[in-house]
Amino acid sequence: MTTTLARRNDQGDVAAQRSPRDRLADHLTGLRAFAISLCRNGAQADDLVQETILKAWSNIDKFDPATNLEAWLFTILRNTFYSALRKTRREVADSDGTYAATMFEKPAHDGRLAFNDFQRAFDQLSPEHREVLILVGASGYSCEDAAQMMGVAVGTVKSRANRARKRLAELMQIGDGEDLFAGTDGAMTAVISRSVPSAA
Amino acid sequence: MQQSRSGKGVINAEMKAQIDENLKRVYQDALSEEVPDRFKDLLAQLKAKDAQK
Repeated sequence: MTTTLARRNDQGDVAAQRSPRDRLADHLTGLRAFAISLCRNGAQADDLVQETILKAWSNIDKFDPATNLEAWLFTILRNTFYSALRKTRREVADSDGTYAATMFEKPAHDGRLAFNDFQRAFDQLSPEHREVLILVGASGYSCEDAAQMMGVAVGTVKSRANRARKRLAELMQIGDGEDLFAGTDGAMTAVISRSVPSAA
Repeated sequence: MQQSRSGKGVINAEMKAQIDENLKRVYQDALSEEVPDRFKDLLAQLKAKDAQK
């Protein structure tokens, strides 16, 4: 169990003193949650997490221990996600809603907005919109942190988050009592291909 | 109800709060899922391989 890396700090094994590689295990839950948020597809999310772990492991010397490891991992994950998206647009097109339908069957016990409707709307957002909303709306990163992870300006993060919230609201209103959500493959593909070429 | 379809609709503070509350729930649901063993196994394998060098 003892590795050369671990032996460097044989005493006082607090998080800051553990090697970044040993700390990777602490971030599996967060990485997977972020992956699920981006992909909305469990199998694809798991592949993404696996690839992220491999990349993080072999590039660990590029991580600055003074910075946030989760943010560094999220950056690798989202970059991996977007380059895979460019390559396999066809596969991504059928991921709309399938994850939410199978994995989120909890009853909507509070829901001023019905949670199922919310999730369906969330699934229909472009990955860029899901990403910005999860980073700044749900996981508590600052717009500055998110800007760094996404490789864009802070202003872009803010305006993208606003547009994404607006789009969510639109999707939920359109969906009210309508079955416009049926057969969204074409729309999903259009959204994805439109949003792929540049992150700006 | 449909005016924001034009894309000009404004999200008021209450709507924003509701959206963010739901976003947190989406994220929390994802966070509460059990992490598959394959990732811990993968890290263990990488570590073992590293130790052999």
